[in-house]
Amino acid sequence: MARLIVVRLARALLTIAVVVTFAFVVLRAAGDPARALLSPETPAEAVEAFRKAWGLDAPLWVQYLRYLFAVGHGDLGQSMRDGRSAITVVAERIPVTLMLTAPALILNLLIGIPAGIYAALKRDSIADRLVMMVAVVGFTVPSFVLGLVFVLAFAVELPWFPSGGAGTWQHLVLPVVTLGLGGAAVLARFSRSAMLEVLGQPYIRAASAKGLPWASVVTGHALPNAAIAVLTIVGFMVGNLIAGTVLVESVFSWPGIGSLLVVSVASRDLAVVQCILLVVAAAMITTNVTIDLLYGVLDPRMRALRSGRR
Amino acid sequence: MRHTLNRLKPDAASMMRDEQGPCVEALLHIAGLRVAFDGVPTLRGINLTLARGESLGMVGESGCGKSVTWLAALGLLTRCAKVTGSVRLAGEELLHAPASRLDKMRGGQIAMIFQDPVSALNPVHRVGDQIIESLRLHRGMDHRTAQAEARRLLDQVGIPDAARRLGAYPHEFSGGQNQRVMIAMALAGQPDILIADEPTTALDVTIQAQILELLRQIQRETGMALVLISHDLGIVSEICERVLVLYGGHIVEELPTDRLFDQPAHPYTRGLLAALPSLDAPRQRLFPIPGGVPNAAEFPPGCPFAPRCDRRIGRCSEWAIELASLGGDIRHRAACLHVTSEPHQGEVVAA
Ligand SMILES: Nc1ncnc2c1ncn2[C@@H]1O[C@H](COP(=O)(O)OP(=O)(O)OP(=O)(O)O)[C@@H](O)[C@H]1O
Ligand code: SF4
Ligand SMILES: [Mg+2]
Repeated sequence: MARLIVVRLARALLTIAVVVTFAFVVLRAAGDPARALLSPETPAEAVEAFRKAWGLDAPLWVQYLRYLFAVGHGDLGQSMRDGRSAITVVAERIPVTLMLTAPALILNLLIGIPAGIYAALKRDSIADRLVMMVAVVGFTVPSFVLGLVFVLAFAVELPWFPSGGAGTWQHLVLPVVTLGLGGAAVLARFSRSAMLEVLGQPYIRAASAKGLPWASVVTGHALPNAAIAVLTIVGFMVGNLIAGTVLVESVFSWPGIGSLLVVSVASRDLAVVQCILLVVAAAMITTNVTIDLLYGVLDPRMRALRSGRR
Repeated sequence: MRHTLNRLKPDAASMMRDEQGPCVEALLHIAGLRVAFDGVPTLRGINLTLARGESLGMVGESGCGKSVTWLAALGLLTRCAKVTGSVRLAGEELLHAPASRLDKMRGGQIAMIFQDPVSALNPVHRVGDQIIESLRLHRGMDHRTAQAEARRLLDQVGIPDAARRLGAYPHEFSGGQNQRVMIAMALAGQPDILIADEPTTALDVTIQAQILELLRQIQRETGMALVLISHDLGIVSEICERVLVLYGGHIVEELPTDRLFDQPAHPYTRGLLAALPSLDAPRQRLFPIPGGVPNAAEFPPGCPFAPRCDRRIGRCSEWAIELASLGGDIRHRAACLHVTSEPHQGEVVAA
């Protein structure tokens, strides 16, 4: 078990190192922050001074080493746009984004999983076809298109909700629903096939053969096994949700991390972008570790593997 | 194992004699059982009776309908299967009975164990809990009592250190041990009939012998009827008093085991026997019946075996096949024109 934790930590650190390096190179190569941030009329000396102040005049590898050294000391640098520390800038956006993603994830799970399981249990019925039809639509339409459609329908045509911004619960409805439905569609399709797979297993027939009522076969024998498969996709879902958040925040002008990322990339605000990437990487790693631990809880075969009994 | 494989079960054999004759209501009576999957007839009129304590073997090549017969009888087929006919247990019709009645019957009166014990046990539940589930269902035990009884059952099926093993998961057992657990689970409901669907096919040879011996011993101890489904005539002849040979969704021959090797009447049965590996023959002589089993949708009219039969005559593909008894012995019947039309042999028995 201890070895496993060490391996996993090492892998997490490696992932973060790769992400940070990649972002560093790409962002530096993609354009000059001085030119992105300062207006075209800025005198040349001022631009030079800006470069010097932010260390942009040094060779790339020196900048990289400096950056790594600073990160190693917990210093993620300052935002070039407002001079505050990048950590502060990003941290104040985290709860704003969570206000979107947390309810959206709950919506994903609460709609997607039951819909998929219901469709599997009623396989080939009208209800099944209906659920799958909606799921295919939700699955193929990108979240920003869905968001725009919602804005047109429920903010412009029917002025029920604001089309963007933040402040009241009404502002939350459209972006959360947009994020929630797309993910629910993915999850519904996956839960359905996971459940069908389990229902076809010999132990399900065996459980019926021993006289267990069908409802108990489903809840006691099928669901716990289907849950293991569904868990596999939840990590993928969280990644999807983060990507979706960037788009949906832009569509609805939601002042979260996604909007911050878009603005910071456009203005080459290097420290902030890298800080965001670190936060995202950390979120993904945390999710995956949590999922790994849950596997152990749900699947005794996994537990045995880990404790090294086999 | 304490007992050798060759000993026959005397008590059940004598019981069988009392149950002889068509008038005695058997424990289980299946009549005209037909199954069609998506409109394709697969089981095409199975008639069989099972007496209390009897051991019945069912043999036939893959796909002939051995498993489907019992899945249909227990109501375990999915909706795409259309099942007709009659399945009476102690006089009570079970086919299309309400779900609550079927749940009581399954495991409580008729239990079934399957070919691959590893996948027939739920991987996420402890074996003890899976046995206890049956005990609570059929014997209404509280958890405490059920726990003790589950331990006793594991003991009975020969799993060492039963108390501790109750807490183990199926993946921690070997295939043979898992089949023992399945048998324990089947015994938990104290059924009158145990259907063992190729219980040893997935196991290696020494374990096969142990599991078969266990089944025989348990049948002797509990007096329940045993239906043993197998490809293997050798296994069936060691365990069962009576054998049904299936081909293409029909029973083509029914005979006492002691006649199986000496007086098989149906060409298919003879083919199966000729295919048995003998000690001196090389391995490749395993299956001399020419051709393979056609798809259920492609069975010819008349005798389903006709395309592969070496005794085929013109009328074979025209008659509605029917079991007829041989030499007036009602215990031995075959569905072949050569049996039906031989004048000195007994009258036709309605199948
Ligand atoms: N759920 C199903 N849907 C469609 N066809 C099926 C289904 N179950 C069984 N069949 C068909 O019914 C026929 C009989 O199958 P069955 O399982 O009874 O064969 P079997 O005699 O038990 O063979 P085996 O020795 O391989 O177990 C086969 O042709 C099989 O393809
Ligand atoms: S009825 Fe004809 S084809 Fe069928 S088994 Fe007998 S001889 Fe062969
Ligand atoms: Mg079978």
